[in-house]
Amino acid sequence: MALLQISEPGQSPQPHQRKHAVGIDLGTTNSLVATIRSGSADILPDEQGRNLLPSVVHYESAGISCVGYEALEHNSSDPLNTLSSIKRLMGRGLDDVKRLGNKLPYDFAADEGGMPKIKTVHGPVSPIQVSAEILRKLAGRAELAFTGMLDGAVITVPAYFDEAQRQATKDAATLAGIKVLRLLNEPTAAAIAYGLDSEEAEDTASQRLIAVYDLGGGTFDISILRLSKGVFEVLATGGDSALGGDDLDHAIANWLCSELGMTHDLNPVEQRVLLETAKYAKEELTESDTVQLDILDAELLLTKDQLHKLVDGLIDQTLSACKRAIRDAGVKVNQIEEVVLVGGSTRMPRVVQKVAELFDLKPKCSLDPDLVVAMGAAKQAEVLVGNKSADDMLLLDVIPLSLGIETMGGLTEKLIHRNTTIPVAKAQEFTTFKDGQTAMSIHVVQGDRELVSDCRSLARFDLQGIPPMVAGSAKIQVSYQVDADGLLNVSARELSSGVESSIVVKPSYGLSDNEITQMLQDSFSHARDDMRMRALREQQVEADRMLEDLRAAIDKDGESLLDAAELKCLQVALDELQALRDNCDDHRQLANQIESVGKSSEDFAARRMDASIKQALAGLSLDEALKE
Amino acid sequence: MSIANNFFEIFSLPVSWEIDETLLNKKFRKLQLTFHPDRYANKNDFEKRLAVQTASTINQAYETLISPLLRAQYLLKLEGFDADQESHITSDGQFLMQQMLLREALGEAKESANHKEALVSLSIEAQQAVAKIQTEFAQYFNAKDYNQAFDTLAKMQFACKFVNDISSLEEELEEL
Repeated sequence: MALLQISEPGQSPQPHQRKHAVGIDLGTTNSLVATIRSGSADILPDEQGRNLLPSVVHYESAGISCVGYEALEHNSSDPLNTLSSIKRLMGRGLDDVKRLGNKLPYDFAADEGGMPKIKTVHGPVSPIQVSAEILRKLAGRAELAFTGMLDGAVITVPAYFDEAQRQATKDAATLAGIKVLRLLNEPTAAAIAYGLDSEEAEDTASQRLIAVYDLGGGTFDISILRLSKGVFEVLATGGDSALGGDDLDHAIANWLCSELGMTHDLNPVEQRVLLETAKYAKEELTESDTVQLDILDAELLLTKDQLHKLVDGLIDQTLSACKRAIRDAGVKVNQIEEVVLVGGSTRMPRVVQKVAELFDLKPKCSLDPDLVVAMGAAKQAEVLVGNKSADDMLLLDVIPLSLGIETMGGLTEKLIHRNTTIPVAKAQEFTTFKDGQTAMSIHVVQGDRELVSDCRSLARFDLQGIPPMVAGSAKIQVSYQVDADGLLNVSARELSSGVESSIVVKPSYGLSDNEITQMLQDSFSHARDDMRMRALREQQVEADRMLEDLRAAIDKDGESLLDAAELKCLQVALDELQALRDNCDDHRQLANQIESVGKSSEDFAARRMDASIKQALAGLSLDEALKE
Repeated sequence: MSIANNFFEIFSLPVSWEIDETLLNKKFRKLQLTFHPDRYANKNDFEKRLAVQTASTINQAYETLISPLLRAQYLLKLEGFDADQESHITSDGQFLMQQMLLREALGEAKESANHKEALVSLSIEAQQAVAKIQTEFAQYFNAKDYNQAFDTLAKMQFACKFVNDISSLEEELEEL
């Protein structure tokens, strides 16, 4: 039993201020927000007690009219301004969207960068803005529950999301004013929610292999994980970020369409009716063998066998992805001890049956497949925000698709292979092609195909400011860094002169930082004073965190790692920050001071990191010495 | 890389071909428990960046040491032999001949009626070949005969590529 720690009377430590963190599952069909209360993950419902928030936003000419269930009611009457399944468009270019075909009944317009915007009565809106509205609504639920500000959120994404889709999700959160602690892969979140790491794992050395099969509304993910107590190690992941329960509905709707002999282009209302009927049929057939459908003045009978014929092809596609992931993980299917089902579409008995056959296991689905991802995200958020000790939880995730660059002839050269553990860094050297060349361009793509045209274009980087030299003598080192969220950062340096080349990034399908700032300002202008208060509060929280961190660091390592002058200098900077934090009501001034203290403490941070590495290494050697 | 002189040092392991995988796994996790960026979620941007770099180095070191092929390449690199995958070819004619035969067998397996079994048995044969080359490498490397070890490394690269090619073909046929 753990002993309670009680301090001496009058010397109680600073009351631990609990931080407000949530996990958000931003889904294709539904979204949710969850938090940890008294040790367990709770979904935060709306005022009517509903857990889910339909991922639907309705626009009217003045702007957003409503989000969620209310927006859903406009579905049939005003389909073009009722935006749903927006997740399918995140991080996609207009060309990709066209490839998705007639599945989304919207009018699209391209902006200057080829990014799709959806035409609404309010004007064109980007998928990122629409997602931000959904996130804002969820954050609202959380702030109502906490009666306070949100300190941070873990937002889940399909494991198979590429970099552009992840970046778009993060941008949406920024736009909604949410601090993202981490983008977490949905299957990993599910494994955390189930607590699969500690199940039957009394012996800390024991390891087990599990598979998480996640079929959501619009995405499919499979992850193979190796679990030991506290460690969730993703070995391989696979999937299809454009295949989900929606597609099963479409397959049924197409069948209805041909049975009804409808050959003309469907209008949006007809499309909705067909889809609604398809969904209804799918749900009815989980229980019974046949279903009678009344649709557009006709009657149709759908049998279970017929349904299976319609959906088996799609389910088989998911099974192929499973086999590939198993192979990539370097394991055999019979070594997998457990398969977990996640996502609303795994309620379909045919899916369960086929998954069970492939793995030769009875799938685990004791937690609600709609809620489990948000619950896992909440657990991770609790740790990351600092409420819970992180000592015994570690998530090691992988990059789902290879990263490469374009070389001569439109071929890709792979830099980082799929299923490499992240974070990961790779450096590469280039030279100049012409005398006096001062710039070069690099095209980064993601995907596993040989031809650049078959991969996803992520960004074009223009390196500028290479010192002029004879052709072939410059040595430009380009470093690619993928962080734990799966997001890419590129930097470049000319090695012989040490000149840092400047990089201009043109994201292929994302927003530039300027565009985000602009959008943020636009949204601020609505309620300027309110927003200013909020911004100030955010900076104050940031300042508190920094003060607390640095003071603790100085207490611990100040004397050993800093000389007297450095220590004095840092302390003065901290005192100034404290004074500003207590007395200043201009958030920009406070932000500047925070940045300046951050800068002046960089050396100290680097030294602390070095010291802790030395300490950890010494710890490893010690372990060994003790063992021997 | 500033955190250690070489990848082995990161895990306090001796520079050697033989490696205790269980121990490496254990140490890898222990280090990631300390340096994974999630441990720095509440720190400022600079410290976060440091953690990402450190964790990346640990990952790269682990990935290099856990794979026999990458470990062999790395060991020889430390001895000054740079094995660029493309240009490095063995001088062992008999080996090359044998590899050509294996390649032909792969082509035949692809066409054969029961390609599944044919590929499985070919894959077993190829993996045995890799194991044999690894033993050979170990002998030369441990005897500090780096030139011979370097030549053996070329064979290992060749043979590992063949194993990968078999498995991509298996994957391709499975998806048809």
